[in-house]
Amino acid sequence: MLTYIVRRVLYAIPILIGVNLLTFTLFFVVNTPDDMARMHLGGKRVTPEMVQRWKAERGYDKPLIFNVQAAGVEKLTDTIFYKNSVRLFAFQFGSSDDGRDIVQDIKQRMLPSLAIAVPAFVFGLMVNISFALLLAFFRATYVDTVGTVLCVAMMSISGLFYIIAGQFLLSKLLRLVPISGYDTGWEALKFILLPIAIGVVSGIGSGARWYRTLFLEEMGKDYVRTARAKGLSEYLVLFRHVLKNGMIPILTGAVVVIPLLFMGALITESFFGIPGLGSYTIDAINSQDFAIVRAMVFLGSLLYILGLVMTDISYTLVDPRIRLQ
Amino acid sequence: MIYFWIKRHYRKVFGAACGLAVVAGCGQGSWNNPYPAAARGQNILYSSFEERPKHLDPARAYSSAEYAFIGQIYEPLLQYRYLQRPYELAPLGAAVMPQVHYYDARGREVPSTTSATRIASGVYEIKIRPGMRYQPHPALARDTAGAYVYHRLDAAQIAAVQTLNDFPQTGTRAVTAQDYAYEMRRLAHPLIQSPILSVMVDNIVGMKEYAAELQAVAEAQRKRGEKVQIDLRAYTLKGVATPDEHTLRITLKGKYPQLLYWLAMPFFAPIPWEADVFYAQPGLNEKNINFDWWPLGSGPYMLSENNPNRQMILSRNPNFHGATYPSAGAPGDAEAGLLADAGKPLPFIDQAIYALEKESIPYWNKFLQGYYDTSGISSESFDQAVSMSGQGELGLTDKMQRQGIHLVTTVASSTSYMGFNMRDPVVGGDGERARKLRRAIAIAVDYEEFIAIFRNGRGISAHGAVPPGIFGYREGRAGVNPYVYDWMDGKAKRKPIEDARKLLIEAGYANGIDQSTGQPLTLYFDVTGEGPDDLARLAWFRKQFEKLDLQLVYRNTSYNRFQEKMRKGNAQIFMWGWNADYPDPENFFFLLYGPNGKVEHDGENAANYNNRQFDALFDQMKNMDNGPERQALIDRMNDVLRVDGPWLWGFHPQEFALSHSWYYNVKPNLMAHNTLQYKRIDAAARDRLRDAWNPPVIWPLGVAAMLLVIMVIPAAVVYRRRQRQAPRGVGDRRE
Repeated sequence: MLTYIVRRVLYAIPILIGVNLLTFTLFFVVNTPDDMARMHLGGKRVTPEMVQRWKAERGYDKPLIFNVQAAGVEKLTDTIFYKNSVRLFAFQFGSSDDGRDIVQDIKQRMLPSLAIAVPAFVFGLMVNISFALLLAFFRATYVDTVGTVLCVAMMSISGLFYIIAGQFLLSKLLRLVPISGYDTGWEALKFILLPIAIGVVSGIGSGARWYRTLFLEEMGKDYVRTARAKGLSEYLVLFRHVLKNGMIPILTGAVVVIPLLFMGALITESFFGIPGLGSYTIDAINSQDFAIVRAMVFLGSLLYILGLVMTDISYTLVDPRIRLQ
Repeated sequence: MIYFWIKRHYRKVFGAACGLAVVAGCGQGSWNNPYPAAARGQNILYSSFEERPKHLDPARAYSSAEYAFIGQIYEPLLQYRYLQRPYELAPLGAAVMPQVHYYDARGREVPSTTSATRIASGVYEIKIRPGMRYQPHPALARDTAGAYVYHRLDAAQIAAVQTLNDFPQTGTRAVTAQDYAYEMRRLAHPLIQSPILSVMVDNIVGMKEYAAELQAVAEAQRKRGEKVQIDLRAYTLKGVATPDEHTLRITLKGKYPQLLYWLAMPFFAPIPWEADVFYAQPGLNEKNINFDWWPLGSGPYMLSENNPNRQMILSRNPNFHGATYPSAGAPGDAEAGLLADAGKPLPFIDQAIYALEKESIPYWNKFLQGYYDTSGISSESFDQAVSMSGQGELGLTDKMQRQGIHLVTTVASSTSYMGFNMRDPVVGGDGERARKLRRAIAIAVDYEEFIAIFRNGRGISAHGAVPPGIFGYREGRAGVNPYVYDWMDGKAKRKPIEDARKLLIEAGYANGIDQSTGQPLTLYFDVTGEGPDDLARLAWFRKQFEKLDLQLVYRNTSYNRFQEKMRKGNAQIFMWGWNADYPDPENFFFLLYGPNGKVEHDGENAANYNNRQFDALFDQMKNMDNGPERQALIDRMNDVLRVDGPWLWGFHPQEFALSHSWYYNVKPNLMAHNTLQYKRIDAAARDRLRDAWNPPVIWPLGVAAMLLVIMVIPAAVVYRRRQRQAPRGVGDRRE
């Protein structure tokens, strides 16, 4: 397994370089260094000299990818791309374009993101599996029909609607929780209840329907028929056999998401005023802060790769027939 | 699965739910209260910010979002009187208003009435207010021997701190004239990049040379591979001197009365050199311990928490020298209760908490629930807040009035206009054809309708560049643009569209057809809007041009590309605006001054308007003191502009602000930045009303639980029936 992991880590390097290059290209197709300078210097009384100085201080006065005027290897290394990208692989994210330390920002914003994402993920998984089991258990009855229709309806509704409706119903009409905001320690609890609830509810439609399909597929297999033929109750068939085997695709699907929980939820954080990494990324895109965008995309890619590796490992744990080589 | 688990552990579940409810609501009147229980009854102002301020360094900060904070922390030399209208300057860091002496080219003193062209230099002698002290700050902490405690931090000390508040020791000292001079030097620092450096280079003697010298030093350090570190005191700035600890002398290149307005901005606040030495230490910037994050001022408040991801907190500065609430105001202020606190010590509020609130819906609802003390009105909430009376007057809706909410309105010192690129061969230039075309369009585009539809009536149509409240603005008939409006029944009425059609015929575009080519005239509107609201607005503009059978084509692009087009002069028709830096007509007319042309000089004259007569009048007007002579010049400038019509004058936005009944001394002051100290709050009344407005409603949760149970019953019946249908004798088997 160690060999496999080392190989995957080595595979990750070209992938990360590729992602970095793609991010770089996309970003600078839309924004020139001059645009970035003007955005950061503000709209009033910005002189060309100030723009030039801003670029020089941050290394944006160099050619983007290829430096014609440089000699030898510097043609590639004395460029914005090289100067900004190489440090990422040493996890040196540097400063944002307005001078703030990115690692410090990430450290600060990590916890609020996790405070929402982890409970929403765990509870969401539990609720979805429970609901899917219920539908599978009552398959071909009115419960199944109504539940499936409900799932389709819930899948069709925009995530934004859940947020606005949740805020309107629970915070404005019923006045049970604050409509937005965040605090530290136990005080944070009252702020995260609503976003977690919305995170769970908005995911039921797609999650439960998918899991229901998995469970129904399992229920059609021979070993289930055998279990029933042995005279087991439907409850035991479902929980002791179907759930256990159905969990393999569920688990592997869930494991890949776990590292990405760290990255936060973009819209939810913005609407609830949660100072997490999701809103950090959105703000950086809006303010054309390439340093942050690059760091967050890099981190996102890295975590995704980590998720995939973890998925592969989790396969070996839940299914003894699989060996990683 | 959950059902069975809950069934088994229902007592624990119930207990946990009760626990959560208690945690959520414990010690507070309302469950939805976003503030900790300990804050109840405290003299705290609650407000919000939409975007974190980019800079808190007074030499860099230049936006209203930044001034909302640093305006309360720093004390520039001058300030605007809070209640007086028109806006009036008063001393703040200065003990009295500056004494100005003018000299001719031979160095002889001349009276202030001398023509600006004969004045070679102006000297501002400013006495600094005694008794001002800085807020407690580690940069000023000294040991018993008088040495600075934190000016030589070692790696262990830096590793031990995460924020500025982690330094156990703080210190203070008196503000001196040298501190004001030091901040003026900072404007030229190559790393700070002050936005007003170019203005000061043009006006302060020696600033250009000083900035060049610093730049050369920085370049040399960079070339040596060193970090740029400059001791600003080691270099001479000729035009700024401090004869003694309480006297500041600024020498200008000629007459520049607008300097007084600049002196009222945080660019001219005192900065102790110790702060720069402290923040320059390696390792602090990586922890966001720098001047842009932690200001150091002498004003009524200091920044005690800076977490722009969540909240920023201003707390009372214990070293504030003290001030009193004004005892004189504008007519009507006494009747409005704005003088009730006259003579009382400032500031009233102990702490101001600004929470990050990016979305308008939660922000608005929190205001209605009483969790913000004041609010603006977004387009989405306008109908909830404001209604129009039968007489067409805007006022609060009944619901707002029942909550005791107050509305204050004011016309902003800003202008929003539609400009023509005067370099464009079709709409630009000073030929009669283009002039008539522009005038026809000016009549056709009905800005009164625009304000009614897209601004909910919040604005007044403009007749010139200068907005109300600024010297040079004329009310009534004297202020009407006669080329677009007629004066009828005591008010300005837009000319009929037939007049515009006649002008179009005279311009050679009868029925929208270019007579020279026989082709329909197509005009291009360069815009940046992308959302549904923008599309409606753009459709409206197209409709206005269609009144003249003109085809309007949008060239929609990102703001970056739009700016690039403007810089290169590739736009034809565009919309832009300007917010006053200071209440002087020069700050608006310079937007049309030839040498400020966007394309040639990268200035703020986006229309690239260039009229020698106007430029000459501007040169004359800009350095004059306010008075009839200056007003006459402004009238002539307005005449020139109205004839040429480089802008459709657009509108001056009107700002609406709401405040709760417990929030006192609210009077919009668009120029002053240090207004927080005047505001007062009745915290007890606020708590009472919050409790009354926000009782939790729990019964729907019970109903929902009952519905769930009712839904479960048939399912349970089905389950039991299925189990009974199982073959006899096998249902009770166990694996």
